[in-house]
Amino acid sequence: MSDPAAPVLSVRDLVTRIGGNAVVDGVSFDVAPGEVVALVGESGSGKSLTALSVMGLLPAAARAAAGSVRLEGEELLSAPERRLRRIRGQSLSMIFQEPVASLNPLMRVGEQVAESLVVHGRAGRAEAQARAVEMLARVGIPDPAARARQYPAELSGGMCQRVMIACALISEPRLLIADEPTTALDVTIQAQILTLMKRLRADFGTAILIITHDMGVVADIADRVCVMYGGRIVETGTAEEIFARPSHPYTRLLLSTIPRLSGARKELLRSIEGSVPDVSDWPEGCRFRSRCPLAQEDCAQVPPHVPVAGQPGHTAACLHLERIGEMT
Amino acid sequence: MSAATPLLRVEELRVHFPLTGGFTGRRTGAVKAVDGVSLEIGPGETVALVGESGCGKSTAGNAILGLVRATGGRILFEGEDILGAGPERQRALRRDMQVIFQDPVSALNPKLTVGQCIAEPLVIAGRPKAARAARVAELLELVGLLPGHAGRYPNELSGGQRQRVVIARALALEPKLIICDEPVSALDVSIRSQIVNLLMRLQAELGLSYLFIAHDLSVVRHISDRVVVMYLGTVAEEGPTDALFDHPTHPYTEALLAAIPLPDPAAQRAKPPFALEGDLPSPANPPAGCPFVTRCPERGPDCAALRPVLADTGHGSRAACLVRLPAARPG
Ligand SMILES: Nc1ncnc2c1ncn2[C@@H]1O[C@H](COP(=O)(O)OP(=O)(O)OP(=O)(O)O)[C@@H](O)[C@H]1O
Ligand SMILES: Nc1ncnc2c1ncn2[C@@H]1O[C@H](COP(=O)(O)OP(=O)(O)OP(=O)(O)O)[C@@H](O)[C@H]1O
Ligand code: SF4
Ligand code: SF4
Ligand SMILES: [Mg+2]
Ligand SMILES: [Mg+2]
Repeated sequence: MSDPAAPVLSVRDLVTRIGGNAVVDGVSFDVAPGEVVALVGESGSGKSLTALSVMGLLPAAARAAAGSVRLEGEELLSAPERRLRRIRGQSLSMIFQEPVASLNPLMRVGEQVAESLVVHGRAGRAEAQARAVEMLARVGIPDPAARARQYPAELSGGMCQRVMIACALISEPRLLIADEPTTALDVTIQAQILTLMKRLRADFGTAILIITHDMGVVADIADRVCVMYGGRIVETGTAEEIFARPSHPYTRLLLSTIPRLSGARKELLRSIEGSVPDVSDWPEGCRFRSRCPLAQEDCAQVPPHVPVAGQPGHTAACLHLERIGEMT
Repeated sequence: MSAATPLLRVEELRVHFPLTGGFTGRRTGAVKAVDGVSLEIGPGETVALVGESGCGKSTAGNAILGLVRATGGRILFEGEDILGAGPERQRALRRDMQVIFQDPVSALNPKLTVGQCIAEPLVIAGRPKAARAARVAELLELVGLLPGHAGRYPNELSGGQRQRVVIARALALEPKLIICDEPVSALDVSIRSQIVNLLMRLQAELGLSYLFIAHDLSVVRHISDRVVVMYLGTVAEEGPTDALFDHPTHPYTEALLAAIPLPDPAAQRAKPPFALEGDLPSPANPPAGCPFVTRCPERGPDCAALRPVLADTGHGSRAACLVRLPAARPG
C-alpha cells in the first residue's frame, strides 16, 4: 500500500480446473488503482471463471489449482474463507451477469444495499439505511427513498442493475469486478450505466475489471484490454493499441467481423470460420490453431507472449506475429 | 412505402394483454404491449424492428405469426386479411411465414436428430417420406451443414450450428417471409457474422423477406432496407435505413443512435456524454400524450397531453414528434 502505483490486483499464472480440464490456463494480468481493464473474448473462454477465481466464489465443480491472486499485495488463493468474506465486504466487490437473479427477491432493495455495511459492522442499521438511499441516488435511481422500500420485482431490469451496482459500491471497494454488467440491457440504459461507472471511477478512484464481449463497450470504458481465447490471454495492450493494431490473429478477426456504423451496407461480413471448440476438444499448443488462417505445423507448441514491435506492454501470444499483415 | 402489393401489410396492430388483480381475478386493466403499429414488407425486403426491451417487438412478431391473438388492427398477407380467414386458410397462409427465435438451444427438441428436426414441418405438411429425405439433404447444404450432421443430436452441435439447423427447419416449407426474433443475440461473437452472412445469402438466393427483430443496431443497419423504431408499443419513427441512420428525427431515435458505443476508442471518447435519463414507463400505464415524454430531453408544453401521429420528415421517413414535426399533431 506504500507504493501508490502498485497494482490493486495482480493475477499470475492462474490455473482453474473443472474436472480434468484447465478452463483457465495460465492467466496473468494486473489492474492498477483507478484503472479499467477489460477481459474480452469468446463465450466459454474462461472470463467469468477468471473473475470468480479472484473473488473466491468458484462453482463447486471448479478449483483454482495453481498460480497467485494478490489484492493489494495479499494472497487470496490461500486465504481462509473468513478472511475472504471480509475482503469481499470491503475492498472487493462484484456485479454479476444476471442482475435480477443475483438480488434477493424477498428483501427490500434498500436493505440489500445496506447489508454489507451492517454485516461487517461498519455502520448501525439507521446509518446504513441512510447511506443506502444516498447510494441509490448516486447510481441514478429516481425517488431513492421510496424505491429503497420496494422489492426487486417492482423494478425494471435497468433499475435492478443499478441496485446491484449500489450494493457493490456502498463499501467503497478498491476493485470492482463487473461481469457483463450491461449485456442484458438496452443501448440507452447501457449508456447510462457506463456513464455511471466512469463517474464512480473518477469520484472514488475505484479500479474496475470489466468482462464483456462488446468491443464498443471496451472502446468506451477500458484503459487496457486482455483478449481471451481458450482459457488463455492471447493479447493484451492499451485499448488504443488493441484497436489500432490488433496483432493476434484472433483479435484481428474479432475486430474485423463487427459491422461498422460507417461501413458499407448489405455486403458479406468478415467472419471467423469454424466454431468454438468445447473445452474437452481444445487443441494442443495454440488453441486458436483449429480456426487460424495463419496456422502452421509449429503452432502445435504453446506460443509465448511476445512484445508487439515498439509498444511496451502490448504483447501477443502467436508464433507468427510477423505474418499478421497477410490477413489484412 | 414499397411499390406494388407488399408481401405483408400490418395496419394499426394492437395486442393488449388483460391485467387481472385481487382475489376475484377480475380484469383491472391491460398491458398495451402493441398499441397501433403499422408496417409493410415487400418481396425480398428486410424490415428491422428495433427498440428497448419490453417495447413490444416480439409481441408484434408473434401476433403476425398467430402465436398471440391480435386484439385490434389488420394483418394482410399478399393482400389477404389473415385475421379474418378461416382456420384452414390461416394454416396455409402461415406456412408461408416462419420464425427463427433467439435461443437455438430451446428451439430444438433434444430428443430428435438434426435430420428429424428439419423434417418435422415436412411431416406435419404431409410430404412423402422419400421427398423428405431429399429435401433435408438439400436444406443442410443450403445452410452450410454437412450431410453427416443429419444423424447428430442438437446437444452435439455448437451454438452456431444449432442456429443453422433452426434456419434450415424454417426454410423447409419454402416460406416467403421469415420473422427473425433476435437471431444472433445468443451466439458467440465470432459466429454472429457467419449467421448474418447466411441470412443475407439465403435472401439473395431465395428471394425471402425478413422481419428482423434485433437489439444490435450495427447489424440492423447492415442488413435491413427499412427500419421501424418502436417505443412503448407504438412506432416512434420508420423509414429507409439510410434516412433513419443519417437523419434521425425522433428524439428517441437520436438517443438510440447516440447510445451505440463505437468500436473505436478515439471516436467513442470524442462523443458528447449520453444525456438520456430515466426508465421506460410500464406499458400497463403509458403516458397519455407522447409515450416518450417521461425521458425526452426535447419535450414541449403539449407533449404530455397530445399523442403525436407519424408525419413526413422530409428525408423519406416518418416520425411521431410534436416538437420536431408540426404535422405530427393529431386531429
Ligand atoms: N459450473 C460449471 N460446471 C462445469 N463447467 C463450467 C462451469 N462454469 C463454466 N464451465 C465451463 O468452463 C468454461 C469457461 O467458462 P466461463 O463461464 O468462464 O466462460 P466465459 O468466458 O465467461 O463465457 P461467456 O462469455 O459465455 O460468459 C466453459 O467451457 C464452461 O462451459
Ligand atoms: N403473455 C403476456 N401477458 C402479459 N404481458 C405480456 C405478455 N407477453 C408480453 N407481455 C408484456 O408486453 C410487453 C412487450 O413485451 P415483448 O416481449 O413484446 O417486448 P420486446 O420488445 O420483444 O422485448 P425484448 O427486447 O426484451 O425481447 C412487455 O411489457 C411484456 O412484459
Ligand atoms: S500461434 Fe499459430 S495458430 Fe496460433 S494464432 Fe499464431 S499463427 Fe495462428
Ligand atoms: S412529442 Fe414531445 S415528448 Fe414526444 S418525442 Fe417529441 S418532443 Fe419528445
Ligand atoms: Mg461469462
Ligand atoms: Mg423480444
